Amino acid sequence: MAAYIIRRVFAAVLLLLVVSAVTFAIFFLVPRLGGQTLDSMAAQYVGKSPDPDVIAAVKKNLGLDQPLYLQYWEFVKGIVVGADYTFGPDPVTCNAPCFGYSFKTHTEIWPQIVDRIPVTLSLAAGAAVLWVVSGVAIGVLSALKRGSVFDRISMGVALAGVSLPMFFTGLVVLALFGNGEYVPFADNPVEWAANLVLPWCTLALLYSALYARLTRAGMLETMGEDYIRTARAKGLRERKVVVKHGLRSALTPLVTIFGMDFALLLGGAVITETVFSFQGMGQFAIKGVTEADLPKVMGVTLVAAFFIVICNLLVDLVYAAIDPRVRLS
Amino acid sequence: MSEVSKKDTPAADVAEGTVPAPRDASAADGKEFLSVRNLQVHFDTDDGLVRSVDGVSFDLKAGQTLGIVGESGSGKSVTSLGIMGLHTSERARISGEIWLDGEELIGAGAERVRKLRGQKMAMIFQDPLSALHPYYSIGAQIVEAHRVHNKVDKKAAKKRAIEMLDRVGIPEPHRRYEDYPHQFSGGMRQRAMIAMALVNNPQLLIADEPTTALDVTVQAQILDLIRDLQKEFGSAVVMITHDLGVVAEIADNLLVMYAGRCIERGSAEKVFYEPQHPYTWGLLGSMPRIDREQTERLIPVKGSPPSLINVPSGCAFHPRCPYADVPADNITRTERPELQLVSDGHYSACHMSREQRDRIWTEEIAPKL
Ligand SMILES: Nc1ncnc2c1ncn2[C@@H]1O[C@H](COP(=O)(O)OP(=O)(O)O)[C@@H](O)[C@H]1O
Ligand code: SF4
Ligand SMILES: [Mg+2]
Repeated sequence: MAAYIIRRVFAAVLLLLVVSAVTFAIFFLVPRLGGQTLDSMAAQYVGKSPDPDVIAAVKKNLGLDQPLYLQYWEFVKGIVVGADYTFGPDPVTCNAPCFGYSFKTHTEIWPQIVDRIPVTLSLAAGAAVLWVVSGVAIGVLSALKRGSVFDRISMGVALAGVSLPMFFTGLVVLALFGNGEYVPFADNPVEWAANLVLPWCTLALLYSALYARLTRAGMLETMGEDYIRTARAKGLRERKVVVKHGLRSALTPLVTIFGMDFALLLGGAVITETVFSFQGMGQFAIKGVTEADLPKVMGVTLVAAFFIVICNLLVDLVYAAIDPRVRLS
Repeated sequence: MSEVSKKDTPAADVAEGTVPAPRDASAADGKEFLSVRNLQVHFDTDDGLVRSVDGVSFDLKAGQTLGIVGESGSGKSVTSLGIMGLHTSERARISGEIWLDGEELIGAGAERVRKLRGQKMAMIFQDPLSALHPYYSIGAQIVEAHRVHNKVDKKAAKKRAIEMLDRVGIPEPHRRYEDYPHQFSGGMRQRAMIAMALVNNPQLLIADEPTTALDVTVQAQILDLIRDLQKEFGSAVVMITHDLGVVAEIADNLLVMYAGRCIERGSAEKVFYEPQHPYTWGLLGSMPRIDREQTERLIPVKGSPPSLINVPSGCAFHPRCPYADVPADNITRTERPELQLVSDGHYSACHMSREQRDRIWTEEIAPKL
């Protein structure tokens, strides 16, 4: 078990490096391959009327004139220990973890992301609880009553739920119920939840439909397994057979899918945030795009990618806890 | 689901197509522990009605072993799952009577049968790896089987589980108790399955091809173990196999199945040494024999088992039977042969006359075996 954990953590760290390298490449290598000059690249980091001195300073600060491996090294170093941008009229420090610095607004990116994480996390976590509980419950009942009216109706609704575009359901919900502001949990938990219920339900509808279908398929498969027959042959009550022997196996593959879905949501539920005007990470990235402020976009990209890696690691650990064949091999 | 009316006692011979249960010499003293009467299990599938088991009857006494033999697809597993009440598909149509220790099961409620499962009757399966849950330890699975039917605390159940593991020959049972199925070898897994099945001292054990998935070297050990435990616990055993050789030694009575029906049954000696049905001859011929050269062996049954949706007319075996033309008037293809008494407790379902069968057996078959 310990060896397994160490292996997975090591793999996750490697993956983080890969992810950071890819992000780095997207923002610093691809433009260059696309024919941009160092000056035109540096110009993207400053305001509209570019002052050649400012551009030169940014170029130096970002190290655009350095060899690529050095640039990448500085990039990683910034994330781990922070970075100092010493050139130009007013030198600044970007504290660790430095996920970028906006030369346009003269702000560090990470603290702004940190401000928005609770919003996104609240949105994602609440919706996740809803969709897992409802999706799994509907899926199990559908599987057990395959072909029944309940099964047909819920799978029909699930199909509709999967196919309805998010912004459509979101806007309908919004038009029907109106909208509340995000209230931090610590300030007022009741209002926090009350104002989040609508986006939660909107998000959950989509995923719960998907999870109901997945759970149903998984249950139908596991309930046909030999060990289910053994459980019945022991004389176990059907409920115990279903929950203890069937559901546990049927849910295992869902763990992976859930890890991915949740991680992606943590990167910003862009549409939901936009529809309900919640200032989460997705909105922050959008802002970066509309304001042509690359470090914002890069920061969100990096953080989102890190979330994915971390969720992946958690999935691996949960797997080991569930399946002894993983743990003990 | 069941089309049967409840009766007070096992009907010895009832509806058309049913035959008296075998009554061999030793049967006079003991009471029947399990009586199956005209059991039918059909599946209503999209392709048509699958007649997986079509009128099977037999009796089994406490302490005795019944071997059920037949090629794969002949309905052996469906029969045994029927006895255990394990046909959960709503497409299963079950009729007939199953008397277990004086209690009829097909007409009984599902909850009543559940209480008997694992308690009074238990079952082990062909592939112990897939029959054990991969996520729970061997010990936990045995404890669970014990605690469903016994109000004991976890500690007592664990003690009992370890005792059983020890009894079925698992070394270091205290340590292996914690292991998961994938950490056991095939033979050990089947031993653990046996421990689980016997943890509540069931009076009936159904073993559905318990050695088929195992290495040849462990097969004999598992059979010996089942035989020893049967002696020790005095339980009735139904031993299912597609290999006559496996049961010939340990069964008291044999029942040969073909296409969902019993085509021959009787005491093990009779069926093994004086078989009265061409299909049984074929099974004997396909048995591996160490004392013979491969080339000398009788040709096994040719062709493959028939569809159970469109069972061949007349004798279901006729498309594969080398002697289908021996009985006169093409009767083999038009009329289904019913089980007929050959000698004491020995029945066979074949249109050939006793003389015709005896001649073919002594002149053509026996010398080649
Ligand atoms: N649930 C089911 N639905 C339809 N057909 C089935 C079902 N279970 C078994 N059968 C069919 O019944 C026949 C007998 O199967 P089985 O009893 O498993 O044979 P075996 O003698 O090898 O144990 C097979 O043809 C099988 O396809
Ligand atoms: S009835 Fe005819 S076909 Fe069937 S086993 Fe006897 S001889 Fe063969
Ligand atoms: Mg079988």
